[in-house]
Amino acid sequence: MGYPYPSHPKETPVLSKHFGEVEARTFDGWVARGGYEALKKALAMTPEEIVAEVKASGLRGRGGAGFPTGMKWSFMPKDDGKPHYLCCNADESEPGTFKDREIIRWTPHALIEGCAIGCLGIRAETCYIYIRGEFTEPWHILVAAVAEAYAKGALGENAFGSGRRIDIVVHRGAGAYICGEETALMNSIEGRRGNPRVKPPFPAVAGLFGMPTTINNVETLAAVPVILTRGSAWYAGLSLSSPKSTGSKLFSVCGHVQRPGTYEITMGLPMRELIYDMCGGMLPGRTLKAVIPGGSSVPIMNAADIEDCPMDYEGIVAHGSMLGSGGMIVMDDTTDMVYQVMRLARFYADESCAQCTNCREGTAWTTKILERILAGEGKPTDLDLLLSLADNMTGKTICVLSDSCAVPVVSGLQKFRGEFEAYLSGATAPVTAGV
Amino acid sequence: MSSHAETVHDPVFVGDTLAKLEALYPKYPTKMALLLPALWMVQEARGWVSEGGVIEVGEKLGLTPAYVRGVVSFYTMYHTHPVGRHFIQVCTTSPCNICGAEDVVKSLLRHTGCGELGATSPDGRFTVVEVECLGACGFATPILVDDDTVESVTPENVPTILARYP
Repeated sequence: MGYPYPSHPKETPVLSKHFGEVEARTFDGWVARGGYEALKKALAMTPEEIVAEVKASGLRGRGGAGFPTGMKWSFMPKDDGKPHYLCCNADESEPGTFKDREIIRWTPHALIEGCAIGCLGIRAETCYIYIRGEFTEPWHILVAAVAEAYAKGALGENAFGSGRRIDIVVHRGAGAYICGEETALMNSIEGRRGNPRVKPPFPAVAGLFGMPTTINNVETLAAVPVILTRGSAWYAGLSLSSPKSTGSKLFSVCGHVQRPGTYEITMGLPMRELIYDMCGGMLPGRTLKAVIPGGSSVPIMNAADIEDCPMDYEGIVAHGSMLGSGGMIVMDDTTDMVYQVMRLARFYADESCAQCTNCREGTAWTTKILERILAGEGKPTDLDLLLSLADNMTGKTICVLSDSCAVPVVSGLQKFRGEFEAYLSGATAPVTAGV
Repeated sequence: MSSHAETVHDPVFVGDTLAKLEALYPKYPTKMALLLPALWMVQEARGWVSEGGVIEVGEKLGLTPAYVRGVVSFYTMYHTHPVGRHFIQVCTTSPCNICGAEDVVKSLLRHTGCGELGATSPDGRFTVVEVECLGACGFATPILVDDDTVESVTPENVPTILARYP
């Protein structure tokens, strides 16, 4: 459902079916809704069978990268004698994204069940759910649900009497966007600064505590139980466009729409229908100017780009952006694009872990140059300088945070160059950045 | 070193808090992994993480104070100095920014008496800080008051919200 609004007829409520139902948060309430059947089923399956089912569903990572989940699970070693770990990435911090929060708040047991099945699939006994420190209410709900799952025997040394051990530990972050990067997240759990690690080695070889590790996003893991109960064929059949984009997907829509919220759609639904029908379109008298469809790290689209754009991995790429995390920011004609590109750059400058020079310096200077353009003190060479900085921030660092900072700068200049030039020429009156 | 030195550090990890920390040991293969949870316990007990708290956590987990300090300073949510009775975090990242978050900040600064970001009001009641994305973008402008997420804050409803936090 389009929480906090009632379900829209064009939605496909699978993961969001029970959003807003307080009873679904409890173990018994979840069982009454068919919960934990998938885990019981998985306990009777081999890891290979579980991985094959997830592979066949076509499920791809919902955190941003879109990597096939079953294939990721299959990278985990077999019979290596080492402890394996599953990490659940609940560090949802990508501007525009607030979908995992609703999964955790309303259906924590869907996530717990998905984590437990994930453990079985990758031969792990322990899953660490890393939740961002600011998610205080979701954290309390999740901790209570995990405790209840232990008390009811779904977790622990003998999960549902199967003789199999499944532990889930909820680990609270403390304020750092970068900890959503998979290896930074592992460092943070280990009690370190959240600096991303150089890859290889990849997590499946040496991840958390140096052991083979798989890391998946909340929405990815929450989709696993329903794939097991309803079947991979059913899930793979949920697709309106590309056969490579299957299932339902939560999109959190924010900014200048009449009904912002979290909407669940079948992959491939036209972007226009999501924005104009489901979210009610723009406020009266306003027109759409820009859309950032997948969290702040993906290219900005203009009004022309979204025409005929289907909401799936391939379709959004073909229209110049990416599906990313599914966090959609809609901006209307009142938006100052130069100011907002500066705000996005400042976000990355604030959140840079500062271990790579190109990121630490690049994000800070990009922000400063944008601030001086806004203040009416920009130089004629500044736009080229921004693009040159962006080039030096792309593909040159340990993780993609600095690449992500370059994205709104490059796409903003591509699509809205006139607004930058108007500040340089003095046609737009200077503004001061910040409060 | 923090400029807000305690005179004597009263240990945090005694009684129930110590038991809470020790209950976490079997959940992790290393002691160091308890660093973030232990720092949360210090902040929960004292409202901030003092130099004495840093040293005590280090002793408990076998880590040097320098190492612990390095981790504390990396994360934005640990306070390295005392803050107001109620700590307010306001999101001003783009999705909230385009919906008027900066006016919410101005209203909060005026009505709390804090005057400027990061400062504590003269009555010791509030501290207001600007933060990046709180992950509640559809409900602009979200703020966190202590552990409470308050959504759809506007410059106008700020006084009503503040009244709930004496």
